[in-house]
Amino acid sequence: MSEYLIELKNISKRFGGVRALDDVSIAIRPGEIHCLAGENGSGKSTIIKVMSGIYTPEEGEILIDGNSVGRLDPIQAVHRGVQVIYQDFSLFGNLTVAENLALNTYLLEGRKRMDWPRARSMAREVLARLDVEIDIDADVESLPASGKQIVAIARAILAEARLIIMDEPTTALTRHEVDALFAIVRDLKAQGIAILFVSHKMREMLEISERLTVFRNGRKVAEGEMRDFDEPAITRAMTGLELDEEPYAPEIDPAAPPVLEVGDLRVAGIVHGVSLELRPGEIVGISGLIGSGRTELARALFGMEKAVARTFRVTGRDVFPRSVQEAIALGIAYVPEDRLSEGLFLTQSIERNMVVSILERLRSGLFLDRKAMRDKTGQMFRDMQIAAPSPDTAVGNLSGGNAQRVMLGRWLLTGAKILILNGPTVGVDVGSKAKIHRIIRDLAEKEGLAVLMISDDVPELTGNCNRIHVMHEGRFVAEFRGADMTEDNINDSLKALR
Amino acid sequence: MRSLQSTEAVIAAVLVVVMLLIGLINPAFWGVDNLFSLARANVVIGIMALGVLLIMISGGIDVSFPAISAAALYITVRTMVALGYDGVLLPFIAASVIGVLLGTFNAFIIERFRMIPLIVTLGTASIVRGLVLGLLGTSIVNINKMPKELIAFGKQDLVSVTAQNGATVGLTAMVLVYIGVAVVMHIVLRHTMMGRSVYAYGGDPESARRAGVNTRRTIYFVYCTAGLLAGFAGLLHSSMIWQANPRDFIGLELDVIAAVVLGGASIFGGRGSVLGTMIGVFTLVMIKNSLILMKVDTTWQRVVVGVIIIAATAITAWRDRKKLV
Amino acid sequence: MTVEAERKPLIRRLLGEDAAIVQLAAITLLIFAVMAGLNPDKFLRYYNFESISYVMPELGILCIAMMVAMLTGGIDLSIVAIANLAAITAGIYFRHPAVAESIAAGGAGAVLHTIMGVLIALTVGLAAGLLNGVLIARLRIIPILATLGTGQVFAGLALVLTGGPAIAGYPQAWTWIGTGKLLGIAAPFWILIVVAVVVAVVLRRTHLGVNLMLVGTNARAAVFAGIRSSRMILYSYAMTGLMAAIAGILLSGRTNSAKADFGSSYLLQAVLIAVLGGTNPAGGKGRVAGVLLALVALMLLSSGMQIMRVSNFMIDAVWGAFLVLVIAINYLRSPK
Repeated sequence: MSEYLIELKNISKRFGGVRALDDVSIAIRPGEIHCLAGENGSGKSTIIKVMSGIYTPEEGEILIDGNSVGRLDPIQAVHRGVQVIYQDFSLFGNLTVAENLALNTYLLEGRKRMDWPRARSMAREVLARLDVEIDIDADVESLPASGKQIVAIARAILAEARLIIMDEPTTALTRHEVDALFAIVRDLKAQGIAILFVSHKMREMLEISERLTVFRNGRKVAEGEMRDFDEPAITRAMTGLELDEEPYAPEIDPAAPPVLEVGDLRVAGIVHGVSLELRPGEIVGISGLIGSGRTELARALFGMEKAVARTFRVTGRDVFPRSVQEAIALGIAYVPEDRLSEGLFLTQSIERNMVVSILERLRSGLFLDRKAMRDKTGQMFRDMQIAAPSPDTAVGNLSGGNAQRVMLGRWLLTGAKILILNGPTVGVDVGSKAKIHRIIRDLAEKEGLAVLMISDDVPELTGNCNRIHVMHEGRFVAEFRGADMTEDNINDSLKALR
Repeated sequence: MRSLQSTEAVIAAVLVVVMLLIGLINPAFWGVDNLFSLARANVVIGIMALGVLLIMISGGIDVSFPAISAAALYITVRTMVALGYDGVLLPFIAASVIGVLLGTFNAFIIERFRMIPLIVTLGTASIVRGLVLGLLGTSIVNINKMPKELIAFGKQDLVSVTAQNGATVGLTAMVLVYIGVAVVMHIVLRHTMMGRSVYAYGGDPESARRAGVNTRRTIYFVYCTAGLLAGFAGLLHSSMIWQANPRDFIGLELDVIAAVVLGGASIFGGRGSVLGTMIGVFTLVMIKNSLILMKVDTTWQRVVVGVIIIAATAITAWRDRKKLV
Repeated sequence: MTVEAERKPLIRRLLGEDAAIVQLAAITLLIFAVMAGLNPDKFLRYYNFESISYVMPELGILCIAMMVAMLTGGIDLSIVAIANLAAITAGIYFRHPAVAESIAAGGAGAVLHTIMGVLIALTVGLAAGLLNGVLIARLRIIPILATLGTGQVFAGLALVLTGGPAIAGYPQAWTWIGTGKLLGIAAPFWILIVVAVVVAVVLRRTHLGVNLMLVGTNARAAVFAGIRSSRMILYSYAMTGLMAAIAGILLSGRTNSAKADFGSSYLLQAVLIAVLGGTNPAGGKGRVAGVLLALVALMLLSSGMQIMRVSNFMIDAVWGAFLVLVIAINYLRSPK
């Protein structure tokens, strides 16, 4: 027997010209809780797909139980006991819990008949083993995220998993649910099942993992026993730099009239009375877990939610945007969390992606003023320093950082005065990140934009904001500014909430 | 599962209300002859609907099955006439095989070239209709030339009673064939892994792939089975009306899709049941037939069917509405 | 960074950067050469092209209409029914005794009533298109089912209006639209050119056109960017309905009759030509120039086959086969 359950040696994988993995190795022991850390785009997802046989690497070797397996395909991976729980859980919402649990096993066993009684007893058994209670006859789509996750774990166990890979497992969970998850994970470990957490959340990793591997830009940059690492060390390894950006702390005249004043904003069931002021030149951060209502707050400000507020004033005028169009007309802009599905038109040109929100204004008579369109996008293309041959290039060909700058350019063209950024540097590499931060700060400092920055990335907030609100269960529960605004304070505050 | 059962209950309730209404307007609705002819009208369209159901559960759509049915029945009957062969079993097998082959063609194009099923099946329909009419001609094989055993098969009655006007009316035995097909389909969908794979694939193709569903085999199974049912139903139709017309079933795709949607299947895939579909078919057929009973001009039929499609889809669109943002 | 787009040669601007369109032009030329080679005497006669120029426009306009519906990832299966309903409604108007009398008297009255008939037909098309638009954009019924349903309703209404048989006896001015000549070129061909130019300009140069492309590319992102998506989709189906009505006028003008089930094979052909012309049925991509090229290619193909006495049924089969072939080619050409 080998020391390792699965061992990947010197793996390289390219996509087109991009090296997603560059000569990386990772090894997992039986029954250990291992953490794979890295920022978005570091190669984490790619290595998961290599381990589960979805991608075949160009170079490198995969060993399971010490034996080289050659080309690993998904079915083989499952037979060898590798199970992946993706962020979306890969469950069937239209089927019941019992069937979701039995399906994989039956398929794996190559059965022809759907044995319902056995499916139900299997489901009951495995859920009892996990010590949870879930209605096995409920459609999975009716379960909350934590319930779906438990079903996904139970399914992996039923498939006789020896290694369960969990991709960002805590993202959608409350603290209580995370504790329950960790209890399950420890229980699995006791049963000899290895767990690979893939995450960029350091706090949770420190709490539960035994060993750590860190990826950055497709390379392995650190590995070892968890006790040898502390949080700053992991951050350093993940980002590759001490966060040496100058903190942003311009003097904001407290007497200056706010550009946005919101009092007691409510979105039924999600946001329970948030009050907020933004002044020109100010960057205000919002930190909070998923489900805290931070995204709904942003969407309400952008006219996308059915919301009510006691006051809603934009540059002193009492107006409440009821639609995206009204919000844009008021000078409010929103860069959504999921750039690919909510932000960009990938097959369309940079130009079209930039002018989309000002098309109405570019009309002269019946037609679009093409010259104005060219001039405006040409200017913005240069201002945003977008690395592409021309504004005619399709946005799908751009890197994350460039694509995000296209989004910023779009909103600057609308003449936005209030910029709401939800995860402004998600999926952006480290170099580009600093560039985007620089642009945001310049916009605030020189153009007088008021910025509301929502982010999971605490250093990003502390490094760029004048002050930071912590949001929890639909309310602002803490505010940090000045010297109090440290990473540790905010992390502690977040942790206390869970 | 529960939501599905409730969907079926709703459709059944709608059906009962409509039946009562029609019965109030014209009590002849409850006459044995009318009920028997209703049952008869359900058979062919019902079997086709079961094939379409399967495709819709997988998240696809098929508009080529009427062409496949017509091709299967016409090729089979013409061949029988040409060879002077008479019989039942072999012709039905032949018609089914023709259906399977054409279904395989659909599956191949859809699976291999990843094209939207609607457009692929539009193309298939055109090819099949064109080739049959172009190569075999358009003449109808009528009762004189139709193979006798085939006619005898379609003629069988389960029971016959004497109606009020003195005429003898029978309940066609083909109803048993329909019920038999439905039972088999129900068992396949509910109690075989292949059936469950179709639901899984229709629910989320990517997850199905990850779960180890052989998605290619699933697609082939779905379109081939639908082809088989279309071919079989085609010949059954021919044996029930004692003639073979290559232009049969033109425009029938609308009725059948309407019936399946009415029966609670989701156009987005993953949802639908045999029982619901049978109720949907019955409702549609009954409304169409009853328009005559209610003295509505036959020219209005298409308008009514169109309105039913729109209403049924509006309701399911509301049920399945996916929030865009 | 210099912006050089204005300096491109005319051909390049017409054809775009799209390799697909260049390829399509090559296919069209190839079909032309093959057909000319197979039947040199008949195919190359002026008469042949003239007759194509009368038949092609009605289908061409339906194809452009289909392309517009596909831009947002939709489809309109009711266009042929709309075309027939529009022509029949106008036909019913012409049948009205007072109108018929005035038309029979000839002169300005006849022309005026014909114009009235055209307006009626266009209104019917617009209303039908708006109904589709409301069902799709507001009630969120998926386009396939919504237009299948409305197609039945429109065809059914056409049947109710006519009672079954064809309507004939359109005024002369009306039939001129389908059979006349202007400056030596078929009147319907002029109409096709006008429709094509208008739609091309709308798609390229107006905010409606650009918005439709963007909605078709990513409907979610369109909402976040502040596009009034449902209004744009509504407009696109209204446009589609209007174009279908124009096709209906041409068809009834050419044949001097209208019937509830005329031109049923046009539906498939419109889908086929739209897809062949580079339209992505999933949305976001489509060009008038591509559709026109595909249209010409297939008209040449079927005209050539007709000359060779291939039956119309076989031509239908060839069209279907062509669709499948195009699907295969598009797949093999697309990256990944």
